[in-house]
Amino acid sequence: MTVITKQPVNPTAHLSEADIEDIGRRLDAIRQSVIETRGADDAAYIRKVVDVQRKLELASRAVLLGSALPPLWVLGTVGLSVAKILENMEIGHNVMHGQWDWMRDPKIHSTTWEWDNASTAEGWKHSHNEVHHTYTNIVGKDNDLGYCIMRVDEDQRWYPAYLGQPLWNFINACFFEYGIAAYDLELGKNLRTPKEKRSEEFKRRASNTLRKIRKQATKDYLVHPALALPFGGAVGALTANFTANLVRNVWSHSVIMCGHFPEGVETFEKAAIPDDETRGEWYLRQMLGSANISGSDFMHLMTGNLSHQIEHHLFPDLPSNRYAEVAPQVKEIFDEYGLTYHAAPLPKQVASAWHRVVRLSLPNGWLETTNAKNLPSQLGLLWTMATGSKAERRKAQKLLDVRAAA
Amino acid sequence: MTPLELDDVLDVFAPLRAGAPGLRGKVVAVRPETTESATIVVRPGRDWAGHVPGQYVRVGVEVDGVRLWRTYSLTHGPRPDGCIAITVKAIPGGVVSNHLVRRAKPGDVLQLDQAQGDFVLASPLPSKVLMVTAGSGITPVIGMLRNLFSRSEPVRADIVLVHSALTRDGVIFGRELRRYAEQGLITLHERHTDADGMLDVAELGGLVPDLAERTTYACGPVGLLDALEAHHTAADLPLHVERFRPVVVPVDAGDGGTATFVSTAGETTVEANGATPLLDAGESAGVLLPSGCRMGVCFGCVVPLREGAVRDLRNGELTVATPGETGPDGIPIQTCVSAAAGTCRIDSL
Repeated sequence: MTVITKQPVNPTAHLSEADIEDIGRRLDAIRQSVIETRGADDAAYIRKVVDVQRKLELASRAVLLGSALPPLWVLGTVGLSVAKILENMEIGHNVMHGQWDWMRDPKIHSTTWEWDNASTAEGWKHSHNEVHHTYTNIVGKDNDLGYCIMRVDEDQRWYPAYLGQPLWNFINACFFEYGIAAYDLELGKNLRTPKEKRSEEFKRRASNTLRKIRKQATKDYLVHPALALPFGGAVGALTANFTANLVRNVWSHSVIMCGHFPEGVETFEKAAIPDDETRGEWYLRQMLGSANISGSDFMHLMTGNLSHQIEHHLFPDLPSNRYAEVAPQVKEIFDEYGLTYHAAPLPKQVASAWHRVVRLSLPNGWLETTNAKNLPSQLGLLWTMATGSKAERRKAQKLLDVRAAA
Repeated sequence: MTPLELDDVLDVFAPLRAGAPGLRGKVVAVRPETTESATIVVRPGRDWAGHVPGQYVRVGVEVDGVRLWRTYSLTHGPRPDGCIAITVKAIPGGVVSNHLVRRAKPGDVLQLDQAQGDFVLASPLPSKVLMVTAGSGITPVIGMLRNLFSRSEPVRADIVLVHSALTRDGVIFGRELRRYAEQGLITLHERHTDADGMLDVAELGGLVPDLAERTTYACGPVGLLDALEAHHTAADLPLHVERFRPVVVPVDAGDGGTATFVSTAGETTVEANGATPLLDAGESAGVLLPSGCRMGVCFGCVVPLREGAVRDLRNGELTVATPGETGPDGIPIQTCVSAAAGTCRIDSL
């Protein structure tokens, strides 16, 4: 995939300006229909999820006191993993989006929520709500495209270092919460800045993040094991917390990869986005830049309804429990205007996203032009590109481009 | 709410415990008073600091999932069971009052504030007291009376109550008041507007010949209280009044209004038209405001509306914050998609 404006046929070429504004109006109407029917049932839903999450987490932690017994370790770890996933996905992420602000309950509010994650709510709201949701999939502006460490688009220049990106992506998945925290702080950019030149704002946010990580680690890796110590479950509690965090990290990383990385999801060119992008144009970008995961109600819940990524990106502030209901109406608009509504089961979307990560870790066209027969020569070419000079790399890339086009 | 705070976990199990952040109460009984009113008996959280009869309490109620705050007079003195009570009259179109009268049920949790208000009987009690009430204006006064008559020592004060209501059946606490009158505890003058017409302050002298010797406590509609204040000021008589809904927030017709941005450094007032986001209006006047996407998506610009009205530029929806009624933290609004809809006060950085 390449930014839509450089594709042979721009997938939005068939739409007139009037069509795009019409799409905007129809999506606004869907949004308004949900706002008008938001009420006691929705409030009861989020309170129920919070209640279940709290009780599940407490119960799992209680069970883990006896984690010296293997079945209790398994039970407690499964429960704690699910609780942590629910907290981050269906509760934390969505509350911080302001999806529940309309209830005017200061306890379930975007301005007060702090989540069970290494990154601070403040940092997350900036990098995710503001940057990612506004500049979705604009190469160079939306840092979620590869989190600054990966190449996720043909238009990003290939360097040999990208060969390692499947590995980086796997490590990032395992320690995703720390990856997010570093990313929210724009750590890479800030660490390259000399110490004395770093902004006060960065220092303040970095110290908040460190404090938060310390508190999180104290809770999971000190207090809980200490409580389990008298029952002989200290080590069990420690490994259970580590496992639950790992499971939560890999799960949330996978879900998030499915939102924007599957093959077929479009990206955009910074220069091609007008300064006065209209509401219709913004909607259209969200429609093309997201992909859904199909599955059961439980799967939707565990993904925090990010399985309805398209609907979430169109209406990030509507309550997550209502995405399922608007999805068919949204799909109808896609169909009517000849746009592709990407939806597939989780394993397929995860595989597709990983395929993209692997494909783009290699030079453009390499994977497409490689088969069992030419593998040795292709590997030789890759070796040249990875170790050779810039000129050699350019030459080899030209060769690949020609072969891919043929 | 966060998994990092123990309080939030405890809230799941013991919302009324001492030390809970935010005072709450649990409804223990809902008793109809008239066809249009009901008494809600509430067990307040352990941190309830008590009250003096005549005071009111701010109550946060969830209606259709949205938390709305109103103030109601406490209609009992301190009770042996530790519960508090409010009596609510359903006003036509009143979202919260109708909810409380018709849909509240035991087990519901309400948000509370500590009792407030200086509409309380003087201590020691003046020897001659006149109480003038109309409609639900009886609610703070019934609290005073119940408290007086539940004490072990007899009440020596001479109490006259002039109460006006639409109909005889519509008199809240009618049977109880008439019983007090039969027992000789108070002198009761009931006025039923349907039969007798509106109570005119000029008639008071005829109803209560020794008016000049009495300390007056009054609660009721604005018109009655204004007339009474004028009357008592002219005659130089002592008067205590309780005004319900003292402020009505004026809402514009779509042409904006005056927005005041409040920070620790001071206040900035700007005239903002009905099409300009408050974020832009504030920034162009040099006010520091949090901001983000500027299109209503990121919730990075949310600040509290302390009082006044704003309109959502996307769908025209109004948000109104009424002083003395809206929660202590105001109503958070997104300034990037909200325009002034009349006079409003908003927090800035």
